[in-house]
Amino acid sequence: MAAVLESLLREEVSVAAAVRWIARSAQSSEVTAPTRPQAWPESAFRDDPGEAAALSSLRPLRKEFVPFLLNFLREQSSRVLPQGPPTPAKAPGSSAALPGRPGGPPRGGRGARSQLFPPTEPSSTAAAEAPSARRGGRRRGPGPGRERGGRGSGGLEEGVSGESSPWAGGRRPRGSGSPGSPSLARSDPPNLSNLEEFPPVGSVPPGPAGRTKPSRRINPTPVSEERSLSKPKTCFTSPPINCVPSSQSSVPDTSPWGHGLPPGCRSLQEEREMLRKERSKQLQQSPTPACPTSESGSPLPSRTGNLTAEPADPARVSSRQRLELIALIYSSCIAENLVPNLFLELFFVLQLLTARRMVATKESDLEPIPGALDSLESPLFQSVHDCVFFAVQVLEHQFQVLSYLDKGTLKLLAENERLLCFSPALQGRLRAAYEGSVAKVSLAMPPSAQAVSFQPETDNRANFSSDRAFHTFKKQRDVFFEVLREWEDRHEEPGWDFEKGLGSRIRAMMGQLSAACSHSHFVRLFQKQLLQMCQSPSGTGGTVLGEAPDVLSMLGADKLGRLRRLQERLVAPQSSGGPCPPPTFPGCQGFFRDFILSASSFQFNQHLMDSLSLKIRELNSLALPQPEPSDEDGESDVDWQGERRQFAMVLLSLRLLAKFLGFVAFLPYRGPEPPPTRELQDSILALRSQVPPALDVRALLQQGLRARRAVLTVPWLVEFLSLADHIVPLLDYYRSIFTLLLHLHRSLVLSKESEGEMCFLNKLLLLAVLGWLFQIPTVPEDLFFLEEGQLDTFEVDTVTSEQGLDGMPVVDQHLLYTCCPYIGELRKLLASWVSGSSGRSGGFVRKITPTTTTGLGAQPPRTTQGLQAQLAQAFFHNQPPSLRRTVEFVAERIGSNCVKHIKFCQKKSPGAVRALLPEETPAAVLSSAENIAVGLATEKACAWLSANITALIRREVKAAVSRTLRAQGPEPAARGERRGCSRACEHHAPLPSHLISEIKDVLALAVGPRDPEEGVSPEHLEQLLGQLGQTLRCRQFLCPPAEQHLAKCSVELASLLVADQIPVLGPPVQHRLERGQARRLLHMLLSLWKDDFQVPVPLQLLLSPRNLGLLADTRPREWDLLLFLLRELVEKGLMGRTEIEACLGSLHDAQWPKDFSEELATLFNPLLAEPHMPEPQLRACELVQTNRGTVLAQS
Amino acid sequence: MILTKAQYDEIAQCLVSVPPTRQSLRKLKQRFPSQSQATLLSIFSQEYQKHIKRTHAKHHTSEAIESYYQRYLNGVGRNGAAPVLLDLANEVDYAPSLMARIILERFLQEHEETPPSKSVINSMLRDPSQIPDGVLANQVYQCIVNDCCYGPLVDCIKHAIGHEHEVLLRDLLLEKSLSFLDEDQLRAKGYDKTPDFILQVPVAVEGHIIHWIESKASFGDECSHHAYLHDQFWSYWNRKICIKNSQPPWRSRLHMTMVASLVPLHSSPLLSSYPWPNPTCGKLSSTLHSAHPVPCTFPQITALGHLSGQR
Repeated sequence: MAAVLESLLREEVSVAAAVRWIARSAQSSEVTAPTRPQAWPESAFRDDPGEAAALSSLRPLRKEFVPFLLNFLREQSSRVLPQGPPTPAKAPGSSAALPGRPGGPPRGGRGARSQLFPPTEPSSTAAAEAPSARRGGRRRGPGPGRERGGRGSGGLEEGVSGESSPWAGGRRPRGSGSPGSPSLARSDPPNLSNLEEFPPVGSVPPGPAGRTKPSRRINPTPVSEERSLSKPKTCFTSPPINCVPSSQSSVPDTSPWGHGLPPGCRSLQEEREMLRKERSKQLQQSPTPACPTSESGSPLPSRTGNLTAEPADPARVSSRQRLELIALIYSSCIAENLVPNLFLELFFVLQLLTARRMVATKESDLEPIPGALDSLESPLFQSVHDCVFFAVQVLEHQFQVLSYLDKGTLKLLAENERLLCFSPALQGRLRAAYEGSVAKVSLAMPPSAQAVSFQPETDNRANFSSDRAFHTFKKQRDVFFEVLREWEDRHEEPGWDFEKGLGSRIRAMMGQLSAACSHSHFVRLFQKQLLQMCQSPSGTGGTVLGEAPDVLSMLGADKLGRLRRLQERLVAPQSSGGPCPPPTFPGCQGFFRDFILSASSFQFNQHLMDSLSLKIRELNSLALPQPEPSDEDGESDVDWQGERRQFAMVLLSLRLLAKFLGFVAFLPYRGPEPPPTRELQDSILALRSQVPPALDVRALLQQGLRARRAVLTVPWLVEFLSLADHIVPLLDYYRSIFTLLLHLHRSLVLSKESEGEMCFLNKLLLLAVLGWLFQIPTVPEDLFFLEEGQLDTFEVDTVTSEQGLDGMPVVDQHLLYTCCPYIGELRKLLASWVSGSSGRSGGFVRKITPTTTTGLGAQPPRTTQGLQAQLAQAFFHNQPPSLRRTVEFVAERIGSNCVKHIKFCQKKSPGAVRALLPEETPAAVLSSAENIAVGLATEKACAWLSANITALIRREVKAAVSRTLRAQGPEPAARGERRGCSRACEHHAPLPSHLISEIKDVLALAVGPRDPEEGVSPEHLEQLLGQLGQTLRCRQFLCPPAEQHLAKCSVELASLLVADQIPVLGPPVQHRLERGQARRLLHMLLSLWKDDFQVPVPLQLLLSPRNLGLLADTRPREWDLLLFLLRELVEKGLMGRTEIEACLGSLHDAQWPKDFSEELATLFNPLLAEPHMPEPQLRACELVQTNRGTVLAQS
Repeated sequence: MILTKAQYDEIAQCLVSVPPTRQSLRKLKQRFPSQSQATLLSIFSQEYQKHIKRTHAKHHTSEAIESYYQRYLNGVGRNGAAPVLLDLANEVDYAPSLMARIILERFLQEHEETPPSKSVINSMLRDPSQIPDGVLANQVYQCIVNDCCYGPLVDCIKHAIGHEHEVLLRDLLLEKSLSFLDEDQLRAKGYDKTPDFILQVPVAVEGHIIHWIESKASFGDECSHHAYLHDQFWSYWNRKICIKNSQPPWRSRLHMTMVASLVPLHSSPLLSSYPWPNPTCGKLSSTLHSAHPVPCTFPQITALGHLSGQR
């Protein structure tokens, strides 16, 4: 490999030829001429037969070149980037490809991979050792925060909380990545037939963890107390170095270090010690004494973290030509997508750009070794100047990608003084790009989530098999949200544990879901809530459920923007975990993940998978409206806004659903590490290969590619695959998916811009997510660098006639950054350079000036504007989504029409200018003036529009909406309901409750016990009955139970009147109602009973033993009122004789004083004998009474 | 009217072991003349219910029941016209209506062959004339009309208040031209748990968005807030019926009077009237009664309507 690079450096081979050469290895042999970066001179494209000859001899090594190049650059930069976030490299074959290191650990490749570097290659042991040692030094450099850049150890890293889930255990590094690896004998020719040494690609080496896979070239810094500033994060590359099982014990020790690795564990300390020795040995060989920093052996970065940056000077760049060449070939590899992860390389380049100083520089390094310039023997980066020069070179080639980054990153780049110093031209382009950029990316928090609404069509009783199931589900819904609220309140408390806090409650709830039908109901609720809470950016909700209204909105509009930004900085995760974070479940997603884990219900998981799959299919095939190409740019712009928003919604939902589908589908297979033995793995593979996939993602991917909808399908597929277990990539089914994805990745050459090509940002999104996927711990390292020919078989027969989503500008920067928050690491890196901090904490120092606010105790005055916005939100919240869409559509249409009108600027302005200027104005001046006027008018119009149009439209729509609502008025059911009152009734009658209460008081007073001074006045009684009449006539507030009680109480009151039991206030002697008063009151009651009550009045109570008994106790007994009452009742048709007779009959059963019974008989016989009442009338009154009852029941 | 926490505490303090009689209520009214009878009665009732919940069990041991029954028999044996049962209830610090139920149940057990069903007992309590024993019927009736916290009459009054305030609330909503769905309409749609009214267009009250209103027609102390929140309001939230900013009870405050000042959406003139005028003034607010036991340092509001009413 080094030979290729060296022949490049010696200009024996042109860069273009080399790239062609590499690309051929990567793509099919029919590949078209590589598209060249814009900066390439035409001459670079000579295809020289000599070159071809020079390269053809190296043919078998082609695909090794890119990993070699990447690792070479990482090696070379190790002295410059000893601290700060490292750039993880996931290029296999690192050590194998080192110049002069003809041995390498066998990788999990097939036979083709065995072509190792011939021992005859020109190599220098000394030169080889230097970078190795440096690499080692760097790798073990205890730079704090180093591990940030790495990937989490166990697949899924636990977001911020740091808690570890049971299945996300630490991942043991497969390869030691330690100096042990090169210890394979160089003299040992690899035995290709030995499956242990050369297992099939991607398979996990068998044996006692012996067949180490190529290590990821990332600093295995152990978790240590030194990371005082950064949060403890697990990191798959870093951990248990101290317990790497050594496999090399059987292999003769020929490591360049000359140390045999003893079998068993080798601690990091030991390794470090070894490196130290090696380093000092090397230093002793150099003619000049070692500089002080090297005394300590390994270059320890200052712990203060305040390394001042060394100024970079273009004039002090050594070996420009060599750097230019390597930058060119590196850039070409990036441009051709030969590197696994575009953004990782950009991150690396920006690290070089912002390198602070070279550590452990030797004097000799600064002097180019004569004759070594064109070789790789001298270090590539001899100073910070070199690094910066190289970085700027690469950035120049990558300008196009840079120009699509967000505005903030562009600003930081454009303001970077080193960049300005090394390439004013690039700086100018960046500045222009910055000024033209509208890509303000804000990862603002999503609005607080809400509960899933009750949907009658799916949630009402008709959807359940039984009342019981319906009510069970009702309870479950409440329990689910209770659990959710508790999680929301407590999950950030230290020491709170999901399983301990909620596990048993969740399982109890799941236990009630017996019927399959209930499961599907619950799953629908679960899925809806998931989408609702987590769909928005990164799902890290600040306020989620019922949290206090945010402080920000209390402060008024002027401060709002600033404070929103502040909130964003405070609440947004500071780092997404380096440029290649492992898959995580941030924010609310954690709840749903933990819920699934705690529920540990097979049925639930199955229903959930079914439901998720269905929803994914549905959304994936959603016909996203394709707007017709519009004549007016402005209009189409407005249209695309809506399209983009809809696309983003669908895409984010799909990604979330797919992530959870992947999580649940692969949950049973997930383990912290791949199976330990080959046999085990084979048997697992045999088992797994017959399990049908939870969702036929391959078919969906193929469809997506065919229909040119990759931009929709691939991002969610990546989410799905990111949660796969270690075995998945080895299964034929998924392997073919990876092959498809790899091909797609290679085909997404950003510089290609032609008809029918995918839009730039669409490509960028796919490159970002695919690049991320290729760095997932469970994806084999060598998968990306598949052997030649593997991809030849790939074909996608796209339906080119149909313009798919891929060709539409559906992705904007906001979506890109939302899907790939790790791209934001670039900005953080640049920001940390500006802030002058070391990259110790991964950069991005928060500089926040505290703002004071008034205490929250007082009722905060809210702004009208904010409140109206909230009201509008709340309004839409309760309405079907179509309403919102309609309103937004109207707003957009009107907006676009307005823009159209403004565009008349162009026609009118020149005319106006011409009319205003004097006639003799020269034509050139006129045309300039016209142009300027058009420009200015457009600018002003646009400014005015941007300032006013939204508000205008909103006001219009608001007015329209409120007009409609007013016009609609209240519901007809609610309006005009008179509840039986007369038309003129003004509902001023006393409330029934008040009357019941009052009458109850009178009854209580009459029944006693009472104080001597207690009593009621006759006037009060009269008033009470009057009020009762009013209430019964105004039926506004009456309900049947109240009326029934009133009726009963009125009868009780009559009984007390008849028995003269009501204590009357007045002169002490009297204490009794006058007869006349009593009769008057009874008359009132009779009239109420007859005319006003609409419920049956229990008049028979008048003759109940208890009420008659009241009379029995009085002496002398006064019967006249009772007789009067009964007569009136009969006369008014309120009671019939037979009824009275029946009541009296039942009285005989009661035990009365003897004289009372006699009196009763003598008194009632004449009454009953009276001939006035013919029977028919009685029946009639009975009928009336029942009718009233029925009417009432109906009302 | 909004009570301060201190005022509420003072009232509650006066109600410790006070029998639930007309006389007690009269004394309370004399002590707190500025409070309406409805408020006082509601607080009284709630405090007394808390007390009964705490002590309920000890009155239902078989020993206690037996001893009460014997005391009753002895009492009416001496004088059937004396308020035996009522005095007994007051003496042992138990609600008269509930004491009447205990004795009635015990009486029926003794006199009937089969143990009495609940519905029979309820029916006899509603209409004591059905009680086979005339003396007991009078005793029970006396307990019921003298009990201001328990019993069928009190239940009816509470129910009536609840109904009346729903009607009042509906009238207010109509008067303010607010579009809403009521409970019956929602039930017809199949909702399993519904508040009294859902506003089809949300409104702002004191800077808070209101989506639904539930009229509870009782004084809102912290305890009842908590209970309602748990039993009902969260369920509305769980069905997305509620507002985002709904507060847990310990941070919440009751604002029934606010119904009077509802603000329609998109009407700037009304919105400009912030801060709200004193809720105690104005015609509408005086018709509604509300109480607020929690200090005003908690600015949040719940979307629940809470009424304890009086005209």
